[in-house]
Amino acid sequence: MNQARLTVLVSEGAGRLWLFLVLVFLYLPILVLAVMGLNDSVHYTLPFTFTTRWYEDLASNERLLQASFNSVAVALANTVIATILGTMAALAFARYRFRGRTVLQLLLFPPITIPWLIIGTSMLVLFFWTGIGRGLHAMLLGHVALSLPYVIIVVGARLASIGPDLEEAAASLGATPFQSLVRVQIPVMAPGIVAAALFAFAVSFDQFVISYFLAPPGVSVLPVEIFSAIRKGFTPEVNAISTIMIVISMTALLLFARLSKFGGER
Amino acid sequence: MRIETRRRWAIAWLTGPAYLWLAVTIFLPLSAMLYFSFQKKGPFGKHASEFSLKHYEAFFTKGYLQDLMWRSLEMGFHVTGLCILIGFPAAYWLARRIRGRWREALFLLIVLPFWSNALVRVFSWTIVLRPDGVLDRAVQSVIPGLPAIDLTDSYPAIIIGLVHSYLPYMILTCFLSLQAIDESLLEAARSLGARSWTILVRIILPLAVPGLAAGSILIFVPVIGSFFEPRLLGGPKGTVIGTVIEEQFTVVSNWPLGGALSFILLAIVLLILAVAAPVLKNHMRTT
Repeated sequence: MNQARLTVLVSEGAGRLWLFLVLVFLYLPILVLAVMGLNDSVHYTLPFTFTTRWYEDLASNERLLQASFNSVAVALANTVIATILGTMAALAFARYRFRGRTVLQLLLFPPITIPWLIIGTSMLVLFFWTGIGRGLHAMLLGHVALSLPYVIIVVGARLASIGPDLEEAAASLGATPFQSLVRVQIPVMAPGIVAAALFAFAVSFDQFVISYFLAPPGVSVLPVEIFSAIRKGFTPEVNAISTIMIVISMTALLLFARLSKFGGER
Repeated sequence: MRIETRRRWAIAWLTGPAYLWLAVTIFLPLSAMLYFSFQKKGPFGKHASEFSLKHYEAFFTKGYLQDLMWRSLEMGFHVTGLCILIGFPAAYWLARRIRGRWREALFLLIVLPFWSNALVRVFSWTIVLRPDGVLDRAVQSVIPGLPAIDLTDSYPAIIIGLVHSYLPYMILTCFLSLQAIDESLLEAARSLGARSWTILVRIILPLAVPGLAAGSILIFVPVIGSFFEPRLLGGPKGTVIGTVIEEQFTVVSNWPLGGALSFILLAIVLLILAVAAPVLKNHMRTT
């Protein structure tokens, strides 16, 4: 074997090893978290003894159940509102060239780029001041604001890849604007809309910072409940509920990836 | 004329609801916060509004606030730097050396953890890093007799947790710019006798600058505004400007000071974006 071939083999191996180590780093804590949710020890000590008791305990934990219910309810409402409003705005951007269009598109960046800490505390200030107050309704207001830019971008990307041809064809064949919308445009946009909806669901379901500042005592969503558990002392029950959360949001992303053909040129 | 009016109505109806929502929940709150940061007191009880610069002055006169801001910036540099060191080689390998379905699968595996809750991932590190935890056990079994590893409530723990949270951003943005490099460019360099090292430094790295810059901004900005990661992983040692801002709202109810500190933080973020923008723009144009 000559020198050059050996160098290639070594660097090939090093590159793969590096990627493998990165994946280990990314997944190790998540796996540990999930495994410890199935381990009998309250103090997270080994040896590992399999049990499902922490998952069973969840069923009788009123607080966590209520928080889970709130989380899902807010996330679903958020998904519906953000997807509809966002799709409408994306349609306007795709169809019309108008004055202020660029400005409106630029305005989508502050909600994504300003640290959530600042957005969350600002919402707290305004909502308290104006009497909107804290609570699930306030969280919903905040979650929709954070989801809208993503929905507009994702649906917009789908619309850009379709182009105006289909709509023009429908119009020239005598479809009314409403018929064209319902029979032509919404069906071709559908994968983009579903992908955006999954994205919006995940944004809300995983959102902690905004919810944390807008949660009054006694009303909470899952991440807020988990945060207070971590600070006040916790049992593997928290691992169990965390594992369930991870599975739910990762499933949402996998579906999103399939629908938006994200991450590969298929 | 009628068509023009109809067009205007259509645009207003389509964009109006979304932007009204954003106005009420993002831009009005930020304005309210800005207003209160220049007030003597927060909106509690009955008192006349009174303009005051004292909360901004506090930042410039109290040394510990500046120290904490500096600490947050330092944390941002450490995390961003580590993400580049770890993420760039991984992105390079993924983008240039691995092909087909494998690449797609690995790419998805790398961005997937992003979608698990950030708080939950921080929680998982507290379990991994605790004394007698998984890391401690693993090290002890390889080299027995080593002093126990206890990273609970330490600066390295915060950095590990934050790198874990934001690493996928760097891999993602670097992957996108590395993937776009034309293979024929590298072949040309090779056929002209350039060594791999020269190709990396003179061709690949410069072309990857937009990805590196975008990834760095996406990581640096949220890291300097982070509060629950330092709080949960750093304990008493995890005080940074983010946790101080949080406390103004959740513990001590000094909203004007919290607002002033938030806007100073935001000013620093904007300054960084302003510095980075020309770099990004120039590279977009040349590539």
